Amino acid sequence: MLFKGISASSGIAIGKAFVIESEEFCPVKKIIAKDEVKKEVEKFRKAISDTKSELEKIKTAASKHLGKKHIKLFDAYLFIADDPVLKSEVVSKITKELINAEYALYEVIEANAKVFEKIKDQYFRERGNDIYDVGKKIMKHLTGMHKKTLADVGEDSIVFADNLTPTDTLAMKNENVIGFATNQGGKTSHTAIMAQAMEIPAVVGMKNITSNVNHNDITIIDGNEGVVIVKPDPDTLENYRRRIKNYKNEVKELSQFVNVPAVTSDGKKIIVAANIEIPDEVRSVISSGAEGIGLFRTEYLFINRPEFPSEQEQFESYQTVVEKVFPNPVIIRTIDLGGDKLLPYFNINVERNPFMGLRAIRFCLKYPEIFKIQLRAILRASVFGNVKMMYPMISGVDELRAANVILDEVKRELKSKSVQFDEKMEVGVMIEIPSAALTVDLLSKEADFLSIGTNDLIQYTLAVDRVNEYVTHLYDPLHLSVIRLLKNIVDAGRKEGKWVSMCGEMAGDPSYTEILLGLGLEHLSMGAASVLKVKKNITKTNLSAAKKITDEILNEANRDILIQKVNQRKGH
Amino acid sequence: MIRKTVKIKNKLGLHARPASLFVQTTSKFKSEIKVLKDEQEVDGKSIMGLMMLAAGNGTELQILIDGIDENELITAIENLIERKFDEE
Repeated sequence: MLFKGISASSGIAIGKAFVIESEEFCPVKKIIAKDEVKKEVEKFRKAISDTKSELEKIKTAASKHLGKKHIKLFDAYLFIADDPVLKSEVVSKITKELINAEYALYEVIEANAKVFEKIKDQYFRERGNDIYDVGKKIMKHLTGMHKKTLADVGEDSIVFADNLTPTDTLAMKNENVIGFATNQGGKTSHTAIMAQAMEIPAVVGMKNITSNVNHNDITIIDGNEGVVIVKPDPDTLENYRRRIKNYKNEVKELSQFVNVPAVTSDGKKIIVAANIEIPDEVRSVISSGAEGIGLFRTEYLFINRPEFPSEQEQFESYQTVVEKVFPNPVIIRTIDLGGDKLLPYFNINVERNPFMGLRAIRFCLKYPEIFKIQLRAILRASVFGNVKMMYPMISGVDELRAANVILDEVKRELKSKSVQFDEKMEVGVMIEIPSAALTVDLLSKEADFLSIGTNDLIQYTLAVDRVNEYVTHLYDPLHLSVIRLLKNIVDAGRKEGKWVSMCGEMAGDPSYTEILLGLGLEHLSMGAASVLKVKKNITKTNLSAAKKITDEILNEANRDILIQKVNQRKGH
Repeated sequence: MIRKTVKIKNKLGLHARPASLFVQTTSKFKSEIKVLKDEQEVDGKSIMGLMMLAAGNGTELQILIDGIDENELITAIENLIERKFDEE
């Protein structure tokens, strides 16, 4: 059976399916015998007390970093977990209806949450989510967390899931995983980025692939074509074995570009750097021949854990990367939390529209005490190599100034304690919100450099949720509005003598290399897996020809012609 | 048995935090407590129930308390509401 989806990371693999059930809150109903009631009730009570101790732990951890006001929300969760009505309703269901604790809990939570749905006042209506959240936590303890975890993945597994969160993908940094296939997601979803970092194939946006595959089924995943074949016949299998061989040869051909400098055919040197998500990736960055790290995401330090990382832990992590990459530069991006990266120990209010919500620099400016810890750690690491730092999601000059005020405060503090740091550390901004791209002339006066985050810039400019499979086809890096914004950014940086880098997915797609060079970009940063392909295309590019074609495109109203012009140039 | 009408005075009403304080107070007492808003009646020791009332600022609630420490409990509750749950 062949299933089509969106190709999210290249490569072909043959392996066994490992299916992760989605975290739906819907257990199986089981009828129990009368003499099992006591055991079932006991099990439920234990789950309640386990949930309470888990919440207490989170609360203690959070109290070190947050104000009293926020801690109070954990109290509400604790009271919900301990709610006498909830408890007695569940116990009475188990006893009277003779059903298992899981199903009794499910029915009680559903029934109570339903009451909230009818409330007119939005604030109170949303408290139904709190009931659900706590219900899920209790359920987790009740089922003994037997959900298959990625730690259980066997050799040569292709992981099938509804959607993979950053927390999932980080836990998966595992040699046993050779491919991902997900129901949801688009080309630039987190699953895609992670798969590219791990250099394994991924196909996303497959709608309901998880219902069409069983655990341990032999499957083929072709990330180049965006195809998954479940239980292939022998001919297909043989065919794909051949394709894997050919693909490996192509990879070998690319390897000759590792030590070739990225210079255009007419002699312009381009800096090709790599993006990393976790320090372990430094090895593949160095072996790819990238010249430094153009984006060091720091969220990994904060997710998949029960409490905030300490300053020391952050410092050590940054120091390791910085030292290994020296003398090449490392651009550390301050945390981009919020969005789809919720912390279990912090943000307990689920936002309706997280991509437009409290995230990244907004989060840091709202909670300066969390921000300062990271700034201290980065500054301390700055003396161990070539460190630059940038702020994500800056919307305009005011936010840059506000962030710099906090940075200056931290610097003064460090000075007063005679802690060493690089006083000349460059501080840049990410240009990923249209408002920043439109006021970039002002931002370039005050920032030391600009770094274009194309994933967000495109999704905000085109109003397309890149994870929404129904509109993912509208996510178009070659939309004229995007190309014009890019031009605006590069020109503004150049006018103020500031260097401009691009660290979004667009930089790593070799079919855009020529256009990007034509726009005047001289710094590109991408997943390590793309470095060689882009390098190869740079050596084939003639910069003056690229500039000519880009100028034409900037005024090309007909999208088909525009695409044609870009494609014609492929492989030149 | 005590029956009393109280008026919620804090800005946000009985939202998560005040409801927590309410439950924290009521669960210290042995008496049973019911809270009524119009026709809706909930257990005064259940945070879930209290939040379901969606009692915003200015809402009138009827409180029914029955038990050996009912007098102490009603005083504590009135006190809490009077102090606006230490919110402002």
